[in-house]
Amino acid sequence: MLFTSYEFLFFLLILLGLYYVIPARFQWVLLLGFSYLFYLAANPWYLLYILTTTVTVYLSAVRIEKIRAEQKAYLAQNKDSLDREARKKYKGRQQKRMWHMLLAGLLFNLGILAVVKYANFAIHNLNIVLHTFGSPSEIRPLDLLLPMGISFYTFQALGYLIDVYRGSCSAEKNLFRFALFVSFFPQLIQGPISRFHELSQTLYAEHPFDRSQLLGGLQRILWGFFKKLVIADRIIIGVNEIIKNPEQYSGAYVFVGMMFYAAELYADFTGGIDITIGIAQCLGIVVTENFNRPYFSKSIKEYWRRWHITMGTWFTDYIFYPVSICRPMLKLSQFSRKHFGDVIGKRIPVYLSSFLVWFATGIWHGASWNFIVWGLGNWVVIMISQEFEPCYQKFHGKFHVKDKNWFRLFQIVRTVLLMSCLRTFDCYRDVPLTFRMFGTMFTTGNWHILWDGSLLALGLGCADYVILAAGVALLICVSLLQRRGSVRQQIAAKPYAVRFAAWYGLFLAVLILGVYGIGYDANQFIYNQF
Amino acid sequence: MTRQKIVRIGLSASVIGISLILLQRLLVPKYVTDVVEGRMIAEYYEESDKDHDVIFIGDCEVYENFSPQVLWDDYGINSYIRGSAQQLVWQSYYLLEDTLRYEQPDVVVFNVLAMKYNTPQNEAYNRMSLEGMRWSWSKVLSIEASMTEEENLIEYVFPLLRYHSRWQELGKDDITYMFRTKQVSFNGYYMRTDIKPAENVPEGKKLADYTFGDNAYLYLDKMVQLCKDNGIRLVLIKAPSLYPYWYDEWDEQMEQYAAQNGLLYVNLLEAADEIGLDYSRDTYDGGLHLNLYGAEKTTRYLGRILQQEYGLADRHQDARLEAEWQAKAAAYEAEIQRQGGYKEP
Repeated sequence: MLFTSYEFLFFLLILLGLYYVIPARFQWVLLLGFSYLFYLAANPWYLLYILTTTVTVYLSAVRIEKIRAEQKAYLAQNKDSLDREARKKYKGRQQKRMWHMLLAGLLFNLGILAVVKYANFAIHNLNIVLHTFGSPSEIRPLDLLLPMGISFYTFQALGYLIDVYRGSCSAEKNLFRFALFVSFFPQLIQGPISRFHELSQTLYAEHPFDRSQLLGGLQRILWGFFKKLVIADRIIIGVNEIIKNPEQYSGAYVFVGMMFYAAELYADFTGGIDITIGIAQCLGIVVTENFNRPYFSKSIKEYWRRWHITMGTWFTDYIFYPVSICRPMLKLSQFSRKHFGDVIGKRIPVYLSSFLVWFATGIWHGASWNFIVWGLGNWVVIMISQEFEPCYQKFHGKFHVKDKNWFRLFQIVRTVLLMSCLRTFDCYRDVPLTFRMFGTMFTTGNWHILWDGSLLALGLGCADYVILAAGVALLICVSLLQRRGSVRQQIAAKPYAVRFAAWYGLFLAVLILGVYGIGYDANQFIYNQF
Repeated sequence: MTRQKIVRIGLSASVIGISLILLQRLLVPKYVTDVVEGRMIAEYYEESDKDHDVIFIGDCEVYENFSPQVLWDDYGINSYIRGSAQQLVWQSYYLLEDTLRYEQPDVVVFNVLAMKYNTPQNEAYNRMSLEGMRWSWSKVLSIEASMTEEENLIEYVFPLLRYHSRWQELGKDDITYMFRTKQVSFNGYYMRTDIKPAENVPEGKKLADYTFGDNAYLYLDKMVQLCKDNGIRLVLIKAPSLYPYWYDEWDEQMEQYAAQNGLLYVNLLEAADEIGLDYSRDTYDGGLHLNLYGAEKTTRYLGRILQQEYGLADRHQDARLEAEWQAKAAAYEAEIQRQGGYKEP
């Protein structure tokens, strides 16, 4: 059920109706039922996967908590009889047991993810190796079902398990409540990747009907619909035309495709998240924000702090930091400092941990070399920026440009262009083609297509370009207004006529200018594929 | 709730309601100049006196091949055609059910070409058949039975959702006919006076299976039952269009079906010579559909059968009906003149 389908709107309407009619203490039970219904509607077999993850992570977390409780009780009981050494030894033993439980939970669930998402990628690469060495045999790809949103719910569940292991949150004792945390339908298929201690505060709470919450949620949903249906699903026509016909569209077309894709991805993904957060708000539930005006970032590093925030923090908290401080890495740090000196020595562990994070980020986005190269491309750019940081500082100091508006604009444009260049790996079918197409931008010299009407042959008419230009201008204006706080609150402070005109105008724009219905492909949200 | 709030809500609801109605009226296709077939189903409801002796039900082979004006002029039979482009059997069944809400004809004539379709076919034709129907349970069931995979009931309930992107193709008609409409048919008959001779009509391709589908039979059975329940005589016909090809195997099935159910089945294609059809003159599109000359001949032939078989009374003595038909005849004649008048062979 796509968020923008009639079926989903009907599903949501029924849920909202029931949600505020039934006794508030059963609201979370209703949500669980509807979440499973949502998943069931996509494919009944998907349930098997999400149930397996739910049960195994639940059991692992409960077990870890039990071991910790045992430890606490034992130490309290034997407070006087145990010396420091014995206490340490006992703690170590218990820690090991908890570690084994954590490892079992992680490996089992990452194993499922690896098999369903990456097995065929591995087989494909293995076959290439076999062919290279002249082997006639070939491994047949597996016919596996890739459950909807598996990367999102697996990471969310494993984040919870690690948090329980670290003691930063308590294990949920009720399996059904935990099942809701894993399967909460608005964020099931494209995030955000929530943390248990944050989401659980409102997920299980009783929510009396609150008109302002409901209206606020509906407004956010409407804004998401605008981004998705008016901008993303319109511009994707041009993007697809360019990237699916690389022989026909090279040079400046690649640049156009790159910039179109930047707008499309932003409108699609942030639109989807707006709908997610809006639905949650209608239900009285607070879901973490996933974007903070990322296209206003002045560097790639900043961009990644503002784009898909929950994924970034997940990788930082559960991969970067643990890897940075793990025993082998500390040993490597000592070794490199000793042999290469402090300057290089202290960088090696950071670079290596970052490399792992960006490799994981890349492959998380998709089982292909394109995504791996894209991830590592981000790593290279960030590392280079970091190395050049002193030079930048020197330059800023000498020319006093740091606070100049034109320089800020330059930094923003540079970041957008850089990110767009890296994203070409998302678009073309393989890495060599991406490099080739990227290269044509500098060799073809067909920049006249930008003004000679060639762009009208991409499946987008004049009216589409006008709508897109107006839509993107509106996105920019809203982003600028967001610097002063929530735009919805700013609108709410205006007189009734202005409020009505703003929201009804937006509704009409979606209704009339939206790309939906027969004659259009119902485009999946891009992040649903992860 | 304060008075100010009530006024505010009332005003907002009015603005929303009125603007959506206006938008919908502007954006839905008007079907008055180009594809007039989309208007025909709705025109029936504008008939002041729904007291027809004969109702034709079916696809383009009824609304282009029979002229109710001739049935009246020659036999005093008051008739109406409830037909639309590629009208499927279940659409005909539900349309008949809908018609019976307004009147009870003596005879229903159903053209059997649609038996070749067993599943929903095409959204554009569905729209033309279904949109004109007034809302009733029959319409809902007809939509449900007709929708292709990409269609959605809600887009029939709120056509604005279907036609929202038509703002890019709005024309003069969309403004002119936003609040009014124009008569496009003559008791459901779509008149064409131009001539395009039938030449090189292709033979039908061999089919793997000539048996009509279960679903088509199901709705034909329902139509038979509906007519029985209402004391209506059902006549099955195959109109004398040369194409789409009408196979002998199909004809046999219809003959058998009619015999089993005690129905009259008339294959007018086989009677083309008896009717006096000249396919070099009596068709406007190379044999797919008849023009005015062909339709008038065919109607005369069928009218004779209807009168002989079912003893339908000549109602010329009914002054009210006569007056109505005289007015219709004037419009009919005016349309012939508008299209360039009768063309001599």
